[in-house]
Amino acid sequence: MWVSRQKTRFHQVMNNSSEPAIVIDNLRVTRGTRLVLPGLSVSIPGGQLVGLIGPSGGGKSTLMRAIVGVQVIDSGTVEVLGQEAGSESLRQRVGYLTQAPSVYADLTVRDNVEYFAKVVGAPPGAVDQAITDVDLADHADALVGRLSGGQRSRASLACTLVGDPHVLVLDEPTVGLDPVLRRDLWTIFRRLAESGRTVIVSSHVMDEATRCDRLLLIRAGEILADSTLPELLARTGAADAEGAFLMLIDRAEAQGQGSAA
Amino acid sequence: MSARITLATASRILRQLRGDHRTIALMIVVPCVLIGLLAWVYKDSPVPIFDRIGAPLLGVFPAVVMFIVTSVATLRERTSGTLERLLTTPMGKGDFMLGYALSFGVMAVIQALVATTFAVWVCGLDIAGPLWLLVVVALLDALLGTALGLLASGFARTEFQAVQFMPAFILPQFLLCGLLASRDTLPTGLKEISDVLPLSYAVDAMKELTTNSDPLPNTWSALLIVAGWIVVSLALGSLTLRRRTP
Ligand SMILES: Nc1ncnc2c1ncn2[C@@H]1O[C@H](COP(=O)(O)OP(=O)(O)OP(=O)(O)O)[C@@H](O)[C@H]1O
Ligand SMILES: [Mg+2]
Repeated sequence: MWVSRQKTRFHQVMNNSSEPAIVIDNLRVTRGTRLVLPGLSVSIPGGQLVGLIGPSGGGKSTLMRAIVGVQVIDSGTVEVLGQEAGSESLRQRVGYLTQAPSVYADLTVRDNVEYFAKVVGAPPGAVDQAITDVDLADHADALVGRLSGGQRSRASLACTLVGDPHVLVLDEPTVGLDPVLRRDLWTIFRRLAESGRTVIVSSHVMDEATRCDRLLLIRAGEILADSTLPELLARTGAADAEGAFLMLIDRAEAQGQGSAA
Repeated sequence: MSARITLATASRILRQLRGDHRTIALMIVVPCVLIGLLAWVYKDSPVPIFDRIGAPLLGVFPAVVMFIVTSVATLRERTSGTLERLLTTPMGKGDFMLGYALSFGVMAVIQALVATTFAVWVCGLDIAGPLWLLVVVALLDALLGTALGLLASGFARTEFQAVQFMPAFILPQFLLCGLLASRDTLPTGLKEISDVLPLSYAVDAMKELTTNSDPLPNTWSALLIVAGWIVVSLALGSLTLRRRTP
């Protein structure tokens, strides 16, 4: 306990976590005919574990796609580590986990992780480490197509972890997993943040909010809250993350109706 | 672009293929079966028709097979999200294209060797030109099919569409390539179109080496045009890869 707290403080000093890792200014995104992000501005500090939460369809994945630079944007700027999102020098340093597992079903777990390791130029030892991290060592030589849904999404996560990126953008990495696995993965995310990585995790599960340094609550493309959990609880007077979440959403919906009326 | 990533991609694709025995069998066996059928059809013909059209079709069949396999494989990569993921990594668009061209090129070499061997030693195909040139042209044709398949898959949204592109991209070229009607006899307009299409040159080269014992002086320009089409298709295909999507 003492050691880990000591370590945390040490790394915070090391990383100068006051420096933002991601700065988004007035980001506007239309998908199809739908205005998904009407003009979003937010700054995400480096070296922290940041939870991106909000109702389904609120724009979490769209925001993450903009951060990794695969989303066509209408206007605004997205800067990651001081550079424009998606620029060439960032691709080595930003790791992305898509919401739907994106791995080759006709290859084994190890073949998949080895391939992504080669693409990002990771050292060979990183492959076994990543597979162990997601607890798939027993299934390393199984075809991904024959894995269960949760195993498949963990195989996909291993392919992101293997490159040891500075910024990890993880779209619902723990969805559909049991409590033990979720705890283990959050331990890994915590470890990464403590070693100076910036980790952004989207989630629906409210108890996961307690594990984050910072929470971004996004609804209908707008940031409803950008604060730590204690700040959020103090502001709303709610007893837990779920209560605060519901209260803010209800308030925003009531306001939306009020202004429409 | 980086050699490391290109080679890693090529070997990953070959590894995927290796696990799919049926696809490998189809790639290698289908051209042989078609050639065999053709030989059988003309077995009792009084004039040596098989010797005349065997070589040109030895160029056409592999191109068709490779076109379908490549366009479906790359489309799968788009729809499964792996392409989007790869484009967030240091991988260049050229790495992706060349990775596919290289790995399917390896398959094309095997295919060309097997199909030529089968045509010559089993079906008794008799050509005037050297056999090695027959293999080279068959290989170029298979690569042409791969490159066109990569390009076509950029315009397909579903696997159904990708498969349908085969008749759309390849059959018109087949009609105009000079096998059904000699290219000089085509009406104005069609002749010009046939002069641009790559399959016409693939078949020209095969025809030349069917009848000429020293075909190289007359075929190298046709082969250059086919090679040019391969390069242009790969370049255009990489333009259809978009890092940013809506
Ligand atoms: N490819 C697309 N084309 C058009 N509209 C899209 C596309 N993808 C998403 N949308 C729309 O954009 C909005 C935001 O979607 P997004 O995927 O960002 O939500 P999300 O917060 O990640 O939801 P979830 O929690 O369900 O994953 C939704 O209303 C959705 O309908
Ligand atoms: Mg989402």
